[in-house]
Amino acid sequence: MEFPLENKKLGENEGYDTIIKTDEFEEKRVGQQVDIPNPIVKIENLTLKYSGTPALIDINMEIPKNKATAFIGPSGCGKSTLIRCLNRLNELIDGVTIEGSIKISDMDIFDPKLDITELRKRVGMVFQKSNPFPKSIYDNVAYGPRIAGIKSHSVLDEIVERSLRSAALWDEVKERLNESAIGFSGGQQQRLCIARAIAVEPEALLMDEPCSALDPIATGKIEDLITELKQNYTIVIVTHNMQQASRVSDYTAFMYLGRLIEYDITEKIFLTPLKKQTEDYVSGKFG
Amino acid sequence: MKNFWKSGDPFIWVTGGALTFSLLMIGGLLFLIMAKGLGFFWSSDIAEVKLKDGSKLLGQITAREKIPQPGAPPGTPKRYRIQLQIGNRDIYGLDFRWVNEEEIAKIDYPRNAVLLERREWGNMYGFIKEIREGEVVVAQENEESWIALKDLLPRTQGIYKTIKRIGKKDIGAINYKIEGLRLDIRKLELQAGDQTSMQANIKSLEDQIEVQKKLYRNKESELASLYEKLAEDKIIVSTIDGREKEMSIGAIVRAYRPNDMSLLNKALLYISKVWEFVSGEPRESNTEGGIFPAIFGTVMMVLIMSIVVLPFGVLAALYLREYAKHGSLLRIVRICVNNLAGVPSIVFGIFGLGFFIYAIGGTIDNIFYSEALPTPTFGTGGIIWASLTLALLTVPVVIVATEEGLAAVPRAIREGSFALGATKFETIWRIVIPSAMPAILTGLILAIARATGEVAPLMITGVVKLAPELPIDGHFPFIHLERKFMHLGFHIYDVGFQSPNVEAAKPMVYATTLLLILIVVFLNLAAIIIRNRLRKRYATSAF
Repeated sequence: MEFPLENKKLGENEGYDTIIKTDEFEEKRVGQQVDIPNPIVKIENLTLKYSGTPALIDINMEIPKNKATAFIGPSGCGKSTLIRCLNRLNELIDGVTIEGSIKISDMDIFDPKLDITELRKRVGMVFQKSNPFPKSIYDNVAYGPRIAGIKSHSVLDEIVERSLRSAALWDEVKERLNESAIGFSGGQQQRLCIARAIAVEPEALLMDEPCSALDPIATGKIEDLITELKQNYTIVIVTHNMQQASRVSDYTAFMYLGRLIEYDITEKIFLTPLKKQTEDYVSGKFG
Repeated sequence: MKNFWKSGDPFIWVTGGALTFSLLMIGGLLFLIMAKGLGFFWSSDIAEVKLKDGSKLLGQITAREKIPQPGAPPGTPKRYRIQLQIGNRDIYGLDFRWVNEEEIAKIDYPRNAVLLERREWGNMYGFIKEIREGEVVVAQENEESWIALKDLLPRTQGIYKTIKRIGKKDIGAINYKIEGLRLDIRKLELQAGDQTSMQANIKSLEDQIEVQKKLYRNKESELASLYEKLAEDKIIVSTIDGREKEMSIGAIVRAYRPNDMSLLNKALLYISKVWEFVSGEPRESNTEGGIFPAIFGTVMMVLIMSIVVLPFGVLAALYLREYAKHGSLLRIVRICVNNLAGVPSIVFGIFGLGFFIYAIGGTIDNIFYSEALPTPTFGTGGIIWASLTLALLTVPVVIVATEEGLAAVPRAIREGSFALGATKFETIWRIVIPSAMPAILTGLILAIARATGEVAPLMITGVVKLAPELPIDGHFPFIHLERKFMHLGFHIYDVGFQSPNVEAAKPMVYATTLLLILIVVFLNLAAIIIRNRLRKRYATSAF
């Protein structure tokens, strides 16, 4: 396994920008390689710094509506950070500064007048580790709608059933909606989290390595579910598993050291990548 | 040898040993308290002790101990002495007497020896001679009199109960009304205003007082006739040394002949005595009777404290953990909170006296109860001030436990809530606090345990030796938070160390201690059960 920058020492005044301009990266003009039909998310010149250290550098990309888009790249490349920009969850961390703009359905999400909770209702999220609330299954799924102000029992019942059906969980849990979700298997918990996320009917669903803690069978179920869900939702998925990316996604973005290296139709990324780093990564030479 | 140390076995032994030692100490303490406290209610047989000099003693054997013989050569036979409760304090002056075993000629257990528990002067040991109703002799001789006494006792006790009820409830209510009217008059007098209408008002109030006073006099004459009736039935008891004592049967709480009782009857007597202890009122400057007011006061005080300390502690911890900006100031505040738990409790008591009672209570008096001044209403010790002082004392415990509970709520769960569009407040209210509830209740359990056992700060904030009224009664507004109250911890101190008759009070101290421990256990158990139920409901995911 070869890591092109491994042996390069950082000088005092050297940041990402200096490193990235080494010979191997000279082919530069990184980023989106393809025209995205019907984009829902537009990211322009996005740079994010954690207490001054850049984690995302000058990202420009569009994400298509009702498709699955995968972010791949080695650990620490910024793909989780990028996905968490889309619902502004990064702002919970101290010392984060963001430049550039993100538009979701032509709404500037960094607009100071924007209600952040409104944004998060429109952009749902599923986390790496399933995080069901310590409540009953019903209350878990109904949490988002209740926050949104829905009080009617019949409406909530309907939402809970529809969400659990969409998450392919209804038949397994319909008899025990009032039980705690804690006795569930990891895969069931993750599907519950998906049901919870789609209960608020978001436009986009962000998935941050949703299968990294699951066994292959549970992973298969989630992947089937993603294929199912992308009919109705825009899905952005971060994954370490390249087979997964090739199985579920329509578009794939390869990121490295905070930059978007290559972003194209999934087949092209995996079969005929333009950049050498992409090829090295997807063929398993590093990462 | 080196391997022996390396293996860690000695360390396991040391840790196990430390635990065993602690458990033994606690177990031993509990066993001592249980044995002494529970034995107090068991009525042992009455012994008739004949001494070698010919004199006789009658009483219950309460203890036996070795007589120390300093300087005696080894092999000297051990000498023992026994402690007799001879009772009859009005005749002998002392309830207890030590007798050397070598002076004893013979110990008998006469079947007809009787034990009379009296409302005053403690137990009486002797033999019944005669029962009289007024001047008429109803029964003479032991057996006959005993049967007559058993017939008469329920009746006199019924009369006694009526007297108590009239004295406490009826006359109490009248006094309460008169006091209220008096204060109303005083209030009118203090108000500047229209003189004529004021005079008329005062006049009508004074008339009402007169009505009440008439009622009072009626009740008083009723009481007097009851007392007369109570004094009619008389009993004459002869003591072992031949003296005779005449007294009213109304002065007897319980009469029984322990030497003539079956085990079952003794067990029933035991239960009735335990019941009297937990449900009755104290007699004889707290050394006899029950301790119900103290139980009531203790539990009520702890409940008020819990109601105050829980929201305050949780809110403070929420601010510290969720909202306050991290930095050195926060760290200093946290250290201060932790150290607050180590301040001597008497200091809290003094603070409570100065701040709650004098400053706040005094202000309340000036504003709302000025007509009662100079008699303070809230400006003196009371259950509310004692509870607040204890709440102050225990709030650090709740804060620390709550903070730990909040910190233990996983970040993933909070983010999950934020990602669904919840605000910080909604997340805290709906997710974080319920998840931290078990930890919060752990804090409350620790606070309750600490508060129940605390005595020093209470002594200056409202605990008294004998409270005439409970803090809750039938008079509007039913809950009287300004009243002084009795407390088990203070009761132990008072009975054990301030009592005129320490020897007689000793078993009472053990029994009270046992009860206090039981209450602490009970309160804790209740909180633990609630916590476990919550824990099941709010168990966080762990896979």
